[in-house]
Amino acid sequence: MATQEMEQLVRRDYKEGFVTDIESDTVPPGLDESVIAFISNKKGEPEWMLEWRLKAYQQWLKMTPPSWAHLDYPPIDYQAISYYSAPKRDEDRPQSLDEVDPKLLETYEKLGIPLHERAALAGVAVDAVFDSVSVTTTFKEKLHEAGVIFCAISEAIRDYPELVKQYLGSVVPQGDNYFAALNSAVFTDGSFVFVPEGVTCPMELSTYFRINAANTGQFERTLIICESRAQVSYLEGCTAPMRDENQLHAAVVELVALEDAYIKYSTVQNWYPGDENGKGGIYNFVTKRGDCRGDRSRISWTQVETGSAITWKYPSCVLRGRNSIGEFYSVAVTNGRQQADTGTKMIHIGEGTRSSIISKGISAGRSNQSYRGLVKIGPRAKGARNFTQCDSLLIGDQCGAHTFPYQEIGNSTATVEHEATTSKIGEDQLFYCKSRGISEEDAVSMIVNGFCKDVFQELPMEFAVEAEALLSVTLEGSVG
Amino acid sequence: MMLEVKDLHVTVEGNEILKGLTLTINAGEIHAIMGPNGAGKSTLSAVIAGNEGYEVTAGSITFEGQDVLDMEVEERALAGMLLGFQYPVEIPGVKNIYLLKAALNAQRAARGEAEIPAPEFMKLIKQKIAEMKMDPSFLQRSVNEGFSGGEKKRNEILQMLVLQPKLAMLDEIDSGLDIDAMKVVADGVNSLRAEDRAILLVTHYQRLLDYIVPDRVHVLVDGRIAKSGDAELARELESRGYDWVLEETAA
Repeated sequence: MATQEMEQLVRRDYKEGFVTDIESDTVPPGLDESVIAFISNKKGEPEWMLEWRLKAYQQWLKMTPPSWAHLDYPPIDYQAISYYSAPKRDEDRPQSLDEVDPKLLETYEKLGIPLHERAALAGVAVDAVFDSVSVTTTFKEKLHEAGVIFCAISEAIRDYPELVKQYLGSVVPQGDNYFAALNSAVFTDGSFVFVPEGVTCPMELSTYFRINAANTGQFERTLIICESRAQVSYLEGCTAPMRDENQLHAAVVELVALEDAYIKYSTVQNWYPGDENGKGGIYNFVTKRGDCRGDRSRISWTQVETGSAITWKYPSCVLRGRNSIGEFYSVAVTNGRQQADTGTKMIHIGEGTRSSIISKGISAGRSNQSYRGLVKIGPRAKGARNFTQCDSLLIGDQCGAHTFPYQEIGNSTATVEHEATTSKIGEDQLFYCKSRGISEEDAVSMIVNGFCKDVFQELPMEFAVEAEALLSVTLEGSVG
Repeated sequence: MMLEVKDLHVTVEGNEILKGLTLTINAGEIHAIMGPNGAGKSTLSAVIAGNEGYEVTAGSITFEGQDVLDMEVEERALAGMLLGFQYPVEIPGVKNIYLLKAALNAQRAARGEAEIPAPEFMKLIKQKIAEMKMDPSFLQRSVNEGFSGGEKKRNEILQMLVLQPKLAMLDEIDSGLDIDAMKVVADGVNSLRAEDRAILLVTHYQRLLDYIVPDRVHVLVDGRIAKSGDAELARELESRGYDWVLEETAA
């Protein structure tokens, strides 16, 4: 596999070296079967993959965008979007941090992002910044020794077609929902992870390592498979704001956990939320679902959502295996004019399945936030248990928080608990901190971080530290 | 002089609570404000600390020559005025030790000093927590969350010991304490006594003053200081109650 990786790198250089006409690497706006064929061809995909995409497209054509979410945005013109553009070549990127927007750099500073990561995040030509090849290679060798496959989804389609065929769409079918169908038709980027039986992945996997040279995909597709007794912790995203010109993002993430497997998936999302009037921000319509297929398997979603103008996202668990466990820990922060409709679905199918949901929503400015959660207990899920705790914190008096819990209990032996609170950040708490000499902004961030503690402790250590800093930056100027 | 309050008038939700209060406190002194319920005792310390619910309609407060009413709440704290609350608020999820460190570092930053190194901070905090006879586990608990009344009061004094204010204001620090807890709190306050520090005690009961002997005692009646004296006055109030002061004032 090391050789394969080397070839990949070489091929990439080769390809970029010979691309002279940028125009030919971008399709004009609009979506039809020829665009999908173009994408599939660009990615060097086999025939079956193109057919799979076209089937998704046919289903998408018959669908309508969901309207049940507590979100308000103008209709999206899907024919006005360009569905493929090649990653920017190094010559077209900023050559050093000096060429990057100082405001962006200021934010990196506040977040304490390491210097070499700042450059990569700001889209600076990677070779000009750090020796990405050696970092990546060491990393890949270690994984290779353990037998773990971690690569771009398009590589996996070419190099591991049998695995992809077996699992792609097995958790989120092509026609699952409007955005998932669109993604299935046009996805161009994303991660593929395969951890074989009995292997604990020797390191935390992060998209940061994988994307080094490429830009973030608009329609990412991620597939993670853990065989029996395998374990992996996957980190998606970054606390730093990502440069991105695409307004619509519709990702699909599928997780498959076989017997006794454990997948921990952590996300920190900080995309551009738009200006103070909410203009220009990212629309984030994501389908994330984990399938606890094997007995005693466990899938854990932890997310910190602070960016995007609109977030529509419900990482879910299908608890099929007996005694399998699903977990959802979420902190969502909205400020300015951001809107978020987010939550989870826990579908209990197997006997003795357990799920816990801890959701912390913080609304500031004129933002609006909804928690939407479904707990469904099937007739065969004897002794299933769910615990849901859903807390909202309001900062100021122009924001909104809403809770929509749904429960479908098809089994009398199930135990389902739901706790919800809504509180305003207390004037008396603020006064107490300030009367100890702590500035208002520090006090707010301290109180908010305290509110989120239960979720932050689920994050991998470094992520948690960054997440705390991120919260303070997001809420800057939200009080007073 | 350290603190000078002149002809202070304060209203809360349209009701005048302080009606021309005048008071001077020098460094090294302990002053006790006593008085019947509803006389406005707690209002004074709350206004000095900068609580927003109080509107100053006339008068002035000066601390080491600075106009206090012109300062933000946190500026007042950083200048050295610290209020120990009667009912300290709970802050879920925020560790006690974290609040202490943030407050101490805010103070250091205001003085242009670097953040306190972790080992130095741990040494300091261990010493202070032992002085307050508190279990070290307190440091890891959320600020005031699930603390008993006595624990909250000890925690307020602990903050004073760590932050070493120039003017320590303690609002009914004795309320709800049993005698043992009160002794610990009183010991803590007495250890704060210093030539360059002033302490302002607000209390309803004389018994606290058996343990913390004040230099000056002021009786607050109907928004004004009706009578001032030394520690002896507090004992007189204990045996005779407040009525005679009220009568004297009315006369």
